[in-house]
Amino acid sequence: MANDKNSVRPGSMQVDVEPMLKMNEPYAPSASDFELASKEEKASVVKINKSTTFWQDAWRRLKKNRVAMVALGVIIVLILFAFIGPKFIPYTYSQQIRGAENLFPMKYSEIELASKAAGEKVFPHFFGTDSLGRDLLVRVMYGTRVSMAIGVVASMIVLIIGALYGSIAGYLGGMADNIMMRIVDIIYSVPDVLVVLLLQVVLNEPLKELFSTSKLPIMKQLSILGPGLISIFITFGLLYWVGMARIIRGQVLTLKQQEYVTAARALGASGSRIIKKHLLPNCIGQLIVTTCLQIPSAIFLESFLSFLGVGVSAPLASLGSLASEGLGGIYTYTFRLIIPAIVLSVMILSLNLFGDGLRDALDPRLKK
Amino acid sequence: MIKYCAKRLVVAAATVLLIATITFLLMNAVPGSPFLSERGQSPQVIAKLEAKYGMDKPLIIQLKNYLVSFAQGDMGVSIKMQKNREVSGIIAEKFPVSVRVGVIALIWAVIVGIPLGCLAAYNRGKWIDSLLRIVTTAGVAVPGFVIATVLLVIFGVVLKVLPTTGLDSWKNYIMPCFSLGFYPMCYTAKLTRSSMLDAINQDYIRTARAKGLSTSKIIFKHALRNSLIPVVTYIGPLTAYVITGGFVVETVFSIPGLGKYFVQSIMNKDYPIIMGTTIFLSILLVFMMFVVDIVYKLIDPRIQLGKGGE
Amino acid sequence: MEEKKLLEVKDLKVSFFTPAGEVKAVDGVSYELGYGEVMGIVGESGSGKSVEAYSIIGLLQNPGRVIGGSITFEGEDILSYSEKQMQDFRGNKVSMIFQNPMTCLNPVYTIGNQLMEALMCHRSMPKAEAKKQAMEMLELVGINNVEKRMVQYPHELSGGMRQRVMIAMGLICHPQLLIADEPTTALDVTIQAQILELMKNLQKKTQMSIIFITHNLGVVAEICDKVSVMYGGKIVEQGLVNDIFYSPAHPYTRGLLRSMPRVDAEEYERLIPIEGTPIDLLNAPAGCSFAPRCEHCMKVCLNQKPAYTDLGNKHISACWLHAKDAKKEA
Repeated sequence: MANDKNSVRPGSMQVDVEPMLKMNEPYAPSASDFELASKEEKASVVKINKSTTFWQDAWRRLKKNRVAMVALGVIIVLILFAFIGPKFIPYTYSQQIRGAENLFPMKYSEIELASKAAGEKVFPHFFGTDSLGRDLLVRVMYGTRVSMAIGVVASMIVLIIGALYGSIAGYLGGMADNIMMRIVDIIYSVPDVLVVLLLQVVLNEPLKELFSTSKLPIMKQLSILGPGLISIFITFGLLYWVGMARIIRGQVLTLKQQEYVTAARALGASGSRIIKKHLLPNCIGQLIVTTCLQIPSAIFLESFLSFLGVGVSAPLASLGSLASEGLGGIYTYTFRLIIPAIVLSVMILSLNLFGDGLRDALDPRLKK
Repeated sequence: MIKYCAKRLVVAAATVLLIATITFLLMNAVPGSPFLSERGQSPQVIAKLEAKYGMDKPLIIQLKNYLVSFAQGDMGVSIKMQKNREVSGIIAEKFPVSVRVGVIALIWAVIVGIPLGCLAAYNRGKWIDSLLRIVTTAGVAVPGFVIATVLLVIFGVVLKVLPTTGLDSWKNYIMPCFSLGFYPMCYTAKLTRSSMLDAINQDYIRTARAKGLSTSKIIFKHALRNSLIPVVTYIGPLTAYVITGGFVVETVFSIPGLGKYFVQSIMNKDYPIIMGTTIFLSILLVFMMFVVDIVYKLIDPRIQLGKGGE
Repeated sequence: MEEKKLLEVKDLKVSFFTPAGEVKAVDGVSYELGYGEVMGIVGESGSGKSVEAYSIIGLLQNPGRVIGGSITFEGEDILSYSEKQMQDFRGNKVSMIFQNPMTCLNPVYTIGNQLMEALMCHRSMPKAEAKKQAMEMLELVGINNVEKRMVQYPHELSGGMRQRVMIAMGLICHPQLLIADEPTTALDVTIQAQILELMKNLQKKTQMSIIFITHNLGVVAEICDKVSVMYGGKIVEQGLVNDIFYSPAHPYTRGLLRSMPRVDAEEYERLIPIEGTPIDLLNAPAGCSFAPRCEHCMKVCLNQKPAYTDLGNKHISACWLHAKDAKKEA
């Protein structure tokens, strides 16, 4: 058996080694070349790519993603616009400038023109004013701020409830998991917008009453937000966490079965160590990305509701309610609708793009 | 299969029941008597009416009565919008209008979205992919009302080529259906593209290539079917979007559909209409989810129905 | 001497152009394969053995590209084939079976459907005829109850069964060359033996040539006529199976053999692993790529690439130890 393999088969085994031998590079080694190389010399040849941590790696990948970086830039500009911007403008969002109603962008009212002629400085209305004489620029700034805040708060609510519920279900497994996930199934098929609208209707009166009677300082702040926003948050707390819970549960379930977790367990690692060292670091990317992508979806929902007239309550404005106000005068004052709509779209777009970039950067499966 | 359907049907029924109960309880939590919130009625009249609607009975009995009559198609009567008209009659009148717009929007979204997604995946990295990527990414970021109003301004106000209100001719359908379907279309295209790319990187695609199949055959036979599975699961939420998106589109274009009516009834606090419509639409959505779930299991042979397990 | 060769690979170079730089996955590989010959390509993961095989069948994926050398199949230069010609070539004259039978079959189509596909595509065969041939092929690879299997989906079969289906799929157009990329790695040991036996028998029956890619030397001894040992994108040693097993010349081959358990080993013998980790092809060293891990490493090895030395009987090896001045077994 061994022998017939060693003997050259006629014809077929005539391997032509000539081409390979011809590839030889002429090099005449000297005698010293044949001394044994030391360990250090051997090691010096090996260049190992600098090893990087997960976060450095993710950041490097994120930085390389030009779209995500531009989106991040836009987000930062929008944050500055929303939070620092109003400081430079002498009007407030609820201030009704008399005589300056329905101004087109960069136009002045007669009163303002008069005071301008008198040599006073008048701050221009870059975006014009609305029918009550409120400066639109400052209202858009406040609207952006409100929309952002809603997005962040709602995502936090989703993150906390969803991650807790999901990880508990995934960790417990078995019957408990089964029951918890059936509940998620049911909640998942509850139509969210209908519930928000319903809550809006129901909570409106009692919340208003609560705000007016309660003396707690926090109530006063909540009352500025209005019952509309509160019910949006409640809805997020009630319904929106199921997506997050499903993702986290799935993650925990698969991670639990990974070989390295089994290996860690076999090596005697404690439960808390497994969670800390193995489960959490592998979930955190998912958590960040899902939360990040929840922000634009919350803003989206809020603008939708505000547009229907059931979001934030006047005089506070969100981008959606500004657009809704603009719809009334769409034939003449188109800019009143277009400006907040553009800001809103750009904000959601860049948040989405940044979230996508973040996901690509944090997903270790795409590594290399 | 039957066992699975039955199981799934139980969940669906539980969901509907839950929604109906929550809706009913929330409506009852409104201070005062929501069903009779008009002022200037004498206490005697109110008491009489309450007795008529069984509102003097315990809550649980009321709930039972409501659910039973709802199942029989009696959703009470409007108290403000069209006083004393049957809610079921209103829904029967308004809903078909919404369905027409919604179904057209859904169909064009899917019919255009899937091929666009394939096109993008097929030309990955080329200019057409980049272009589609920009369009679809923008499409899912721009809220429906922005698209609707921008269309309204351009085609209805500036160019004056399309009618802006009502639903009298086929021209009326163009803008509402386009703006309602735009987001689902972009989402479908994005989803198709990514699941297509996912499928393309699978080992069985390499096998198919090693077999010497043509690229089109690989894409349309081997990759598409696998990548359609996640797209199908999205049709459920898509329907939900079209229904709620209909609220906005119908408001913007003054379409006399259920969505617009629902929004108005919220403004007017016409509780029986709010309740009836909420439960009605919920049933519709839950049913759609149910159908999608079954279809999903049907097109993926890996999931064995009826043989126990998932 | 001028026997017609089935496949000639000359100085093949394949690189992957990654964001981090060029990775020379295959760096100047040459070999020849005659009709009916079985060649094993052995190496660790990342030695370039699969990439080399993929370039024969035109399955290199971006960012991998053939950047030099030639591949000649029956006298035709296949690197110059158009996409259309390549499609005709793949699955027809050369076919390939892969490592993981679990994921290599499309989950949403039946076995029969996937088997008949290639026939209908390459032979433009009517469906009924294709079905008949597919069933014959399934029987040939030892699958029973063929009628039933044809309408089953991949997830309904076991791993070994699926690999049999994969082999049937590879053989269905009667290719002259079958490339088997670690076909037994993902299977249980008992199933491995069955599959190897099957392939051996099929090879005898059909007289096709096989390139067997594996990191398992035992498999090589079982089935191959000759062996190429790859390391770091290069063939470091090539020869007939017995030469490689009984008189290995390259330190890497020797290392591989020493790290392999043997039934006839003496009790006191231990398995000796090869120290270190495979080289990073992104920063390939100037000299011999195995030098950093080599126990015989000399100064010259670090800076100069070793040339091939002909050791007779078509046994070649690339190592400085074969040079005249090298101290034997230093």
